[in-house]
Amino acid sequence: MTTIFAHYGSELLQGFGQTLLCSVISLFFSLIIGSMFAIFETTPIKFLRVIARIYIEIFRNIPLLVITMFFYVVIPLYLFKIDGFTAGTIGLTIYTSAFIAETVRAGINSVDPGQMEGSRANGLSWWQSMRYIVLPQAFRYVIPPLGNQFINLVKNSSVLAFVAGFDLMYQGNVIASDSLSTMSTYVCVGLLYLIITLPLSYWMRYLEKRLA
Amino acid sequence: MSMIEFHDVEKYYGDFHALHDINLTIDSGETVVLIGPSGSGKSTLIRTINGLETIQQGQLIVNGQDLANKKTDMNRIRKNVGMVFQHFNLYANKSILENIMLAPRLVLHRPEDENKKIAMDLLDQVGLADQAPKLPEQLSGGQQQRIAIARSLAMRPKALLFDEPTSALDPEMIDDVLNVMKDIARDSDMTMLVVTHEMGFAREVANRVVFMADGQILEDDSKEKFFDGQPSNERARQFLSKIITH
Repeated sequence: MTTIFAHYGSELLQGFGQTLLCSVISLFFSLIIGSMFAIFETTPIKFLRVIARIYIEIFRNIPLLVITMFFYVVIPLYLFKIDGFTAGTIGLTIYTSAFIAETVRAGINSVDPGQMEGSRANGLSWWQSMRYIVLPQAFRYVIPPLGNQFINLVKNSSVLAFVAGFDLMYQGNVIASDSLSTMSTYVCVGLLYLIITLPLSYWMRYLEKRLA
Repeated sequence: MSMIEFHDVEKYYGDFHALHDINLTIDSGETVVLIGPSGSGKSTLIRTINGLETIQQGQLIVNGQDLANKKTDMNRIRKNVGMVFQHFNLYANKSILENIMLAPRLVLHRPEDENKKIAMDLLDQVGLADQAPKLPEQLSGGQQQRIAIARSLAMRPKALLFDEPTSALDPEMIDDVLNVMKDIARDSDMTMLVVTHEMGFAREVANRVVFMADGQILEDDSKEKFFDGQPSNERARQFLSKIITH
């Protein structure tokens, strides 16, 4: 294992960087897009509810790899060229956002309806009630399941390996076939994933304790 | 001048006829107590006034605006008509002081120092000034309800609706809440519509008592006629004798 690190350190580091970058970007955007569709699903406006339902059902039920391939292969065929990293990151963001939308929606629904009613009766608009009263309480409920989604997201970023995204998994495959030490290579790769996911899950647990 | 007017109002939940041929006028400054057995439509009726429930037929005019008209801005009605709920519905994620200051800040754009002064005065009025920094869950039910009343008052509404404000409270808490409500009824020109079974409250401060059953208004009397004379409706008489002997 030390020889792998010694020989292929820069490749592993590059892969680690790409995986981390892809994860951070996807996490940020999937949280925003997911929350947006969760809010759509709970609005009194039927049109937005239908849009949200369609988005969630489509992207939750198609494999991540298929969504990613669509952006990597189909879009460049008809529209414009996308590199592997971008295609993978977009795929991962869309896929994860569908799950986050479901998670956040469940959080919104678990807030006592009296909170919305109380604030509407107090004169606040629907959006003000959502923003100041309902959402802050909903996010408190959904921290544990969101943590699971975030960890899944980091692991799912290995989809980049299929589209030449130069991530950790991609570099692992290259190193394994180059060095022929498959076992130590994949152990190294696994350890590097843990470096991202373990602090993430401890941080989520900390947040859960602090906010609950 | 009338504050709230129901004209031939009908309301259904699917097949269930929740409000039937409601005609009721409440004048500005009046205190009206609404009583009736559970399931009679009292809560539904009071919730239509600030648009938490919609009506299917008839005309409902609140503060000069027709609620059945789709162009009517509900937020504008709610600025002028406050509501106090059975289960308080205080904002669980906000401090007591913030509960009172939030709507005036967001809806009325009241300047912060003035907002705080009004909020503190109201807390003082309901006897809970020392609880300002706490969260709602740290207060007893009776205290939470007094905060909920203060929260509604902070909007300086023209009318206040009370939906069974004391029925979720322990008996020893009820008087504190009723006293706050009595003070408002006596000392302000607020229009009050109160769904309650507290007949002592009705006797002391109500101008009128309205009795409902099966989604209909069966009796609408002055307080004197309702308590000292006899309600003309048989069901109202039975109901009254039951709650008074209890």
